[in-house]
Amino acid sequence: MKVPLSWLREFVDITIPAHELAEKLSVAGLEVEQMQYIGLPRPHGIKNAPSDAPEVEWARDKFFVAQILEIKPHPNADRLTLAIVDYGKGEPIQVVTGAPNIKVSERGMKVAFVLEGARLYDGHATGWELMTLKRAKIRGIESGSMVCSEKELAISAEHEGIILLPDDAPVGAPLADYLGDVILDVKINPNMARCASIIGVAREVAALTGKKLKMPTLNVLARGAAIAGQLEIVIENPELNPRFTAALIRGVEIKPSPFWIQHRLKLAGVRAINNIVDVTNYVMLETGQPLHAFDYDKLVGRAQGSAPTIITRLPKPGETIETLDGVKRQLDPFTILVCDARGALSLGGVMGGAESEVSAQSKNILLEAAAWNYLNIRRTMQAQHLASEAGFRFSRGIHPAQAIVGLKRAIEMMRQLGGGEIARGVIDEYPRKPKKIVIDLPVAEVKRLLGVEIPVKEIVRILESLEFQVSSPKSHVPSSKSKVRGRSTSLATRHPSLHITVPDHRLDVDGADDLIEEIARVYGYARIPISRMNDELPPQRANVELDQEELARDILIDAGLQDVVSYALTTPEREAMLIPFDERATTRAAPTNAARDYVRIENPISAERVAMRQSLTASLLELVGANLRYRPRVNMFEIGLVYWGRRKGDALLLRELASELPGDDALPLERRRLGIALTGARDESAWQKNDSAPQDFYDLKGVVETLLAGLRIQNAAFTPTGHPSFHPGRAAELKLGEAVIGVFGELHPVVREKFDLPAQAVLVGEFDLDALFARVPPAQPLRALSRFPAIAQDLALIVDENIAAERVHALIAQTGGALLQRVALFDLYRGEPIPRGKKSLAYQLTFQADDRTLSDADASKLREKIVQRVRKEIGAEVRGG
Amino acid sequence: MLDQLNQLRDNALQELEPIWDSAPLEAWRVKYIGRKGALAQAMEQLGALPKAERGAVGKLANEVKTALESAFAAKTGQMQQRALSESLESEPLDVTLPGRPRARGRLHPATAVMREIYRIWGDMGFQIFRTREVETDEMNFQLLNIPRFHPARDNWSTFYIADSDQRVLLRTHTSPGQIRAMRALHPNPIRVILPGMCYRYEQITARSEIQFYQVEGLAVGHNITFADLKGTLTEFARRLYGENIQTRFRADHFPFTEPSMEMDVECIICHGAGCPVCKQTGWLEILGSGMVHPDVLRNGGYDPAEWSGFAFGMGPQRIAMLKHRIDDIRYFWGNDLRFLEQF
Repeated sequence: MKVPLSWLREFVDITIPAHELAEKLSVAGLEVEQMQYIGLPRPHGIKNAPSDAPEVEWARDKFFVAQILEIKPHPNADRLTLAIVDYGKGEPIQVVTGAPNIKVSERGMKVAFVLEGARLYDGHATGWELMTLKRAKIRGIESGSMVCSEKELAISAEHEGIILLPDDAPVGAPLADYLGDVILDVKINPNMARCASIIGVAREVAALTGKKLKMPTLNVLARGAAIAGQLEIVIENPELNPRFTAALIRGVEIKPSPFWIQHRLKLAGVRAINNIVDVTNYVMLETGQPLHAFDYDKLVGRAQGSAPTIITRLPKPGETIETLDGVKRQLDPFTILVCDARGALSLGGVMGGAESEVSAQSKNILLEAAAWNYLNIRRTMQAQHLASEAGFRFSRGIHPAQAIVGLKRAIEMMRQLGGGEIARGVIDEYPRKPKKIVIDLPVAEVKRLLGVEIPVKEIVRILESLEFQVSSPKSHVPSSKSKVRGRSTSLATRHPSLHITVPDHRLDVDGADDLIEEIARVYGYARIPISRMNDELPPQRANVELDQEELARDILIDAGLQDVVSYALTTPEREAMLIPFDERATTRAAPTNAARDYVRIENPISAERVAMRQSLTASLLELVGANLRYRPRVNMFEIGLVYWGRRKGDALLLRELASELPGDDALPLERRRLGIALTGARDESAWQKNDSAPQDFYDLKGVVETLLAGLRIQNAAFTPTGHPSFHPGRAAELKLGEAVIGVFGELHPVVREKFDLPAQAVLVGEFDLDALFARVPPAQPLRALSRFPAIAQDLALIVDENIAAERVHALIAQTGGALLQRVALFDLYRGEPIPRGKKSLAYQLTFQADDRTLSDADASKLREKIVQRVRKEIGAEVRGG
Repeated sequence: MLDQLNQLRDNALQELEPIWDSAPLEAWRVKYIGRKGALAQAMEQLGALPKAERGAVGKLANEVKTALESAFAAKTGQMQQRALSESLESEPLDVTLPGRPRARGRLHPATAVMREIYRIWGDMGFQIFRTREVETDEMNFQLLNIPRFHPARDNWSTFYIADSDQRVLLRTHTSPGQIRAMRALHPNPIRVILPGMCYRYEQITARSEIQFYQVEGLAVGHNITFADLKGTLTEFARRLYGENIQTRFRADHFPFTEPSMEMDVECIICHGAGCPVCKQTGWLEILGSGMVHPDVLRNGGYDPAEWSGFAFGMGPQRIAMLKHRIDDIRYFWGNDLRFLEQF
């Protein structure tokens, strides 16, 4: 909300600089987001709110209030005139002006006048350009000074004419003294709704600076016939419309508002329209109570000449209304309407209707000030996509007591600005008067929650400055004279609690905690000391799941992979691209996961993000594609969640069971997964040829094995899989015991094409981390280190192609027993002289004993035993043997 | 004869000096200390000498022989060293060629800043407690004092899950974790942080994202005060930004805390002088916080008459963006390696 300091000063004395006031308001919960200095110098070298609006300082020796003594025609131009201006210093000066709002032969107007050499904005530029005013000939007439528009002075973007000041403006006064101002743009949080008005902010300023709030008087000079009988009010649903007040003024003259009203509205960001509409806006900004003016005669007309009846009610099915903005609106069942017997007049609390609005011809005005249910107002604004100043305030809640304040203030202002006679009395339908709220505040609570001892006297001062009424049970409130020396603890015992009555502009206070917040805020957060918690420590326990996750990240980073974090929202169609063929068109195995329900978004923000992902692989493939545009090699992994709708019989498979509560079993499942993607050369090296071959299945398997080793997981099995996403024959399942932990391999070429990836092998894998981590063994005891030498022997075996290497390895290891410390495959060979259909696997066998030095004969004996075994079990022959 | 031997020695050593090849060296050996060399010939004349001279000459001849043989051995050694050096120096590497790169992975900057936050809060006694992302409206809003249609909901544009009658949603903040932590840990005192991904119905722009990390903190105990909250947050700011960081506490509003406040730190880029990053204010908003609202304590199972607590929430990505001057939040989930490899 824009708060001009000049307006604020009407209600509270301000004795500190604007930037200090802004800082006080900001730390007290009314954040000053912008400060616009109008004509006044912006202080530098201090922390200060910025301004998006242009600013210019009006030099005190160059900018003046002046008077036009005479206007003469320009001899050479029809659109220009010559104004003779008295600015209170020396001889009057002639200036050339093209302002359309002054005419030849007019005189006496007060204007904003600047002398040659002044810095100000160029009124004719399309944007905002500062310039220095220089002497120049304009169509043959020399002129060095000028009369200014608002744009030239950076008051507004208005450049249609020059500013015409009120008749009582003091000629010769520096303009900065007369019109200089600072506008605070204050952010109104939902809990500060009461401050969405000049008086609301002034009340805070008074409390924060120790000044007194000066409230406007609410006297109404009413001489017309009594309002009773001229209007009926019927409130159908008091829950939605707890109060409706109205006043009537007859015989007003509709005309522009005086300068100051228009000027203040402009500074506050509201357009001036005419005196009656302006008053409703002005009083709303001043008091916070929105108002609505009806053309009374139009209502009488609709009632066929009799006294109109105003009804507030919910809409009938299919009912519509055309609002002031010219939009015809379908109404929702929760929207409160202000109606008469013929139909809807306005959207209560949000926007008036077109039919009964005030026009230039209006004479008799019916003024409404009401209270509405804020939730209904908010729903209406959302449903109608409608924002208004009134709606902003009503949707945050306004106490019904404020209606009469706004009504009286506005009807009297209408009389002062438009003439006419106010009907005596007001109509005040008030079926739901809120109860006075009285809160018991134990003084000790203040210290218990804030951690600081605030004297009772200070607590009372703070609450009273915000218009709370304070009394103690024995009506013993300490006067400012009472002294308490060195016995601060006795305060609490002497004042066990205070009884606080909440003022009738507050809807947000109903408990002691609300009061303590007010006390802390006004006392000053900065004055509350800093302390360390002095309290029982909770049980300290590690988060094992997170530790494992971070360990896995470290292992994968060490393996050269980049950690990524991608969007959890995707489309089912994108994930369906992981299946290469229509299932009906292939005889191959169906997807391993039975189709799961997607967790779909009811209100997606784009067609690309409509459901929670079920796979990390699709996300990773998109990232691979994006990065392959810039480089040929991408190695990355993601640890993240996948989601699916829970079905009957789904096990409770949740990440951290501690945080799940009874009743959560209907919520979707969230599973932690690891996704890996590799593509491009094995080695990034540019100039050495070795190992620049493309990565293949075994690179990915190596990463998986590295991860398993890092997690101390043994006995993993890798079995071939016919999973459809993968290149046939180049994919494996990772199994631990019976559990399938994940699947990995080379992406199926058709899937690769669907993801628009270039023709190079892409290795992907996805693993269930919850299942994997559940199988991390506890720490294992150290295996003794042998002091005795080891013997290495090579063994090359020729076996059938279809014998899996894992089988050969297992047979060797098993037969070698405890003395065979290590079996390492170092060569795989096919081709001459190995027969077709066979392959040669060459192993290095390392034998070692813990208790003695093995002889070559010992090793050879074991080797021979292995040879016999593999010959018998899998028909292996020793190569060259 | 003695002179003759001395002369022989001097000549031989002088001749040996410039020899650096094996053929001349062999010739020298044959000439002087070979079986038929000059020294052998001189020794043969020994018998013809008078007995009185024979002893002195024989001694000298042996000395000369030893001297020449050791000079020969030394020369042979020197020549071998020289040959080795020459062969080692013959194939120098271009040390300016690039080394073989070791593949190096990196943490995503969001992961890295999360770890930093975990570490700091871990050191301060706050454990990590993660909760679910697909939440109920009740947990995400209602139990946190945000009823349906409440104006405070304007701050949390929400993705709802289809077919749930708006009862299930993607959590808009980590705050539902407060209720979950309290219900899970009751009746113990609590010091936890609640990290994780949150979602908001926002257009994706340089400044706003549909998903983002948040870290919430919660402390509940018998004797926890607003002053403790200020102290704890100040300590966090010092550990994150250094001992001398200036802080400012501003009243703010969250429905689930009261009193509520925002902590600002002095702009880490301009140090308070005013710059575009702090929008010329000199301050950076770092986290929101407050004393846990009595209703929320009650909803978590703690009696507000006996217990009190504080909560705070921060955006790790904002911390990373300020630290590395990242000006576009879309870089985070865009995962362009050219971005990621800078961390």
